[in-house]
Amino acid sequence: MAYPKNFKYTKEHEWIKADGGTATVGITTYAQESLGDIVFVELPKVGAELSAGKSFGTVESVKAVSDLYAPASGTVTEVNQDLATAPEKINSDAHGSWMIKLKLKDPKELNALLSADDYEKFVAEETH
Amino acid sequence: MSSSVETTPAVRKTALNAVHRRMGAKMVEFNGWDMPVEYPATGGLIAEHLAVRTRAGVFDVSHMGDIRIAGPQALEATQHISMNDASRLAVGQAQYSALLYPQGTFVDDVIVHRLGEREFLLVINAGTREKDFNWVRDNVRGFDCTAQNLSDDFTQIAIQGPQGHALLQKLTSADLAAVKFYWFTHGTVCGLKNILIARTGYTAEDGFEIYVPADEATSARVWNEVLEAGKEFNALPCGLGARNTLRLEGRLPLYGHEISDSINVWEAGLDRFCKMEKGEFVGRAALERARAAGVKRTLIGLEMVERGIARDGYKVQDQAGQEVGYVTSGSYAPFLKKNIALAYVPPRSAEMGTPLKVEIRGQGVGAKVVPTPFYKRPKKNL
Repeated sequence: MAYPKNFKYTKEHEWIKADGGTATVGITTYAQESLGDIVFVELPKVGAELSAGKSFGTVESVKAVSDLYAPASGTVTEVNQDLATAPEKINSDAHGSWMIKLKLKDPKELNALLSADDYEKFVAEETH
Repeated sequence: MSSSVETTPAVRKTALNAVHRRMGAKMVEFNGWDMPVEYPATGGLIAEHLAVRTRAGVFDVSHMGDIRIAGPQALEATQHISMNDASRLAVGQAQYSALLYPQGTFVDDVIVHRLGEREFLLVINAGTREKDFNWVRDNVRGFDCTAQNLSDDFTQIAIQGPQGHALLQKLTSADLAAVKFYWFTHGTVCGLKNILIARTGYTAEDGFEIYVPADEATSARVWNEVLEAGKEFNALPCGLGARNTLRLEGRLPLYGHEISDSINVWEAGLDRFCKMEKGEFVGRAALERARAAGVKRTLIGLEMVERGIARDGYKVQDQAGQEVGYVTSGSYAPFLKKNIALAYVPPRSAEMGTPLKVEIRGQGVGAKVVPTPFYKRPKKNL
């Protein structure tokens, strides 16, 4: 499965794609696969302040409730409203279904996150 | 400690475990069993749920247990240990019932099959197998009959859904049209003689359950033949995930959730399966008293009116935010496409349409009391 090289990843299975001082955040293909059919997403409001590693919302499949963790600190500038009515889009295209956009507090925070290769290795170990 | 008391081993597997794994099923531990929760390769939970509602689905439910009661006083013994009236059963008929503690609360819910004039088969839940068997054996002691634990003898496969009948008919010489809902027959299935075929299930849909020998080779062969026969109906293998959402839409209780050793028959709303007039049975006296005292809580159906999914154990609040009860089972309902739940609340909060709240992550989210079952299968024009 392809994990885009220009994304960074968390061990909690979020991805983040930075573009200068802003970034887009979602969950990984591995995350949606382990959750199963996603039926509910709860996201913060525009303007919310997120801190790296802290919960910023919830994603629920039929079976499970799972917290979303901020890959980096910053201010929410945009929320993908489509996911409120069509959360199943995350199942069909996890890496294309962004959840929030962030104005990054410190872009250097991303250096601490996993690369695509490291994340793939991490996931392979976790499924073992 | 008596050496004959049955205990629960670590993690158990059904005879089809390797088959599920080969099919790429997502496995979970359920009541001490390693069971498929869904089959992602063929579409996953929601697809499985919809297959059962509209076509057919096939489940491995071999984790269910089986107790045979036989002997001259098998009927009296069965009457003594179960709340429904087994004397009303004809040979070949089954009924939903429950085993109760003297307090009128649940040991387990069961399906009682009358195999013969003096022979009954109780199908019991996976998580309560040993408890149930020990309880049954202890409570039938005064009767001239034997109780046998046959739980490991069968691979139980459920073929559920409107096309379940047509699917199974391809594999059996038994005339399934002659088997009414909650009746059973014996017949040849996949070349195996004298197989118990019951028109029962746990999906609120029409369907059958077959009981085949539990050896791995036979079990795998039958499972594969059933799925093969199901191809023309687009039948899917289904896991415990869909089993749970299907039974929730149909308001079928799950032990440990809607019923337990601390919930009585009246609270659970299972009155019509409890035949007080049949005479003495374990739990009857306590139920008599409980009925006179009136119930303090009752099982209701909730539909979320605001965004959010009620989950098992979440608190239920009144409009003022005061805690009044708790959710026993809650989920997104794949066929109804709504967020629904079952909950215990006091009778004053149980009126249809009553606005209530479910506490989700610290916030009261709007819900209302709705009639149950949430889903009722359409009546067929025969």
